[in-house]
Amino acid sequence: MINIINLTKRYGKATVLDSINLIIKKGRTTAILGPNGSGKTTLLKCILGLVNPYQGYITIDSKPIADSDAYRRNIGYMPQSAKFPPNLKVKEVLQLVNHIRNGNGHFKYGLLNPFDLNKEINKKIHALSGGTLQKLNANLAFMFSPDIYIFDEPTAGLDPISNRDFKEIIRKKKSDNSTIIITSHILSEIENLVDDVIFLHEGKIRFNDTLEKLITNTKTDNLENAIASIMEQNHE
Amino acid sequence: MNSTTYKIAGFGIKDFLRNKWSVLYSIFFLLVTEGMFRFSGQSSKVIISMMSITIFIIPLISIIFGSSYFYNSREFIQLLLTQPVKRSSVYQGLFLSVTTTLSLCFTIGITVPLLWRNLDNFTQQISYFYLVISGICLTCIFVGLSFLYSIYNSDKSKGLGMSILTWLFLAVIYDGIVLLIVLLFNDYPLEKVMIALSVMNPIDLARILLLINIDISALMGYTGAVFENFFGNFTAIIFSLTSLFLWVLLPFSLGMRKFQKMDL
Repeated sequence: MINIINLTKRYGKATVLDSINLIIKKGRTTAILGPNGSGKTTLLKCILGLVNPYQGYITIDSKPIADSDAYRRNIGYMPQSAKFPPNLKVKEVLQLVNHIRNGNGHFKYGLLNPFDLNKEINKKIHALSGGTLQKLNANLAFMFSPDIYIFDEPTAGLDPISNRDFKEIIRKKKSDNSTIIITSHILSEIENLVDDVIFLHEGKIRFNDTLEKLITNTKTDNLENAIASIMEQNHE
Repeated sequence: MNSTTYKIAGFGIKDFLRNKWSVLYSIFFLLVTEGMFRFSGQSSKVIISMMSITIFIIPLISIIFGSSYFYNSREFIQLLLTQPVKRSSVYQGLFLSVTTTLSLCFTIGITVPLLWRNLDNFTQQISYFYLVISGICLTCIFVGLSFLYSIYNSDKSKGLGMSILTWLFLAVIYDGIVLLIVLLFNDYPLEKVMIALSVMNPIDLARILLLINIDISALMGYTGAVFENFFGNFTAIIFSLTSLFLWVLLPFSLGMRKFQKMDL
């Protein structure tokens, strides 16, 4: 369970996250949604320890994340865009991360096949397309089978087949009781995956409950219309 | 430094050595050194000429290369920091990979032409050694400065601009300021002030280190002469070497401290 307590993040005078209190439940798939600049990526970065909170703290399984870097062993992260050292080969990037994680990744067989990366394994990064880089990115998130997955706009740049494969893996991870946090602007893509929805607007939580409750509360028939309804309420 | 640092550095060096700019950097020093030998024929003159080139080119290339690398690697640094790894290990690994590659390219470039020639005497061999040491120290200092600026400025153009201004100030303007101080206050005892001013500029320190060993007073300049008079030859070399090593540690450790708290 990820517990976010009174989390505030400021960049200069701008408050990006404003006293966020949140519980992300174990074994659930949670979508963090909101318009651009609402604080979604900053919230994910706070969980990953990339950004230092101005105030508040985060615990994972009751342990404060600020105390150690070891908690990230249980996290697989896939950012919006991937950039790797351009002259390294795909296999070298995988080896590097595998070394850092003390060699417990299964990159030789693991998930390279579903993403069709095996034929790219000896290619240099600068020779890869944006979509293939995103597949490599996804592979890095999955290859250590962690308990928690964090995906920031994961399907951007993936071709339809990889997109389908990606969702299939997410479903499998869900059935394995993994905790999954996902942000996306393409709501129809994640509708069938998520259990819970958190809606952020201007750094504050405007909705935090199950998908069913969101749809019932907004009297709509799908996630996209439900989120549109919340956004309209916020504008009013 | 731990094994993660060396792993990150190892893969970083692999990446850089495949970069055409690293190869060009090495070829540049190779061609210049070879050209000097062909035109002057005397190894003592070659070392002096190489010193002049080294103390200008190495800081400039190191500070630009370091800045560009840090900004271009931001997403990769983020990815590394999402792994169970200490921030200090990532910083040290990145620093080691850039400095090792640049130092290696420089050393190979100036050493290869020496392989089929002999340095005239022991003093020249020592001078060559100091040339390599100063080149490596300047590389570490200016890569450290570039990292420090890149950490403080999220805006690439600002960070790169600060880096180039620092080089301009230390390599060009600083000497003018020293000269101005000498002219304005020549009635006062300036020995200690001059030594302090030299210690504050790593490029000056590298120049003094090399020239004291070759013992060419005409090229030593005012600060170099003060250094030699004040300390004597051997102590001046030890003092300038120690100051250079301290300079290596200063931007590196300041950068690492700031990196621990940096938002990425």
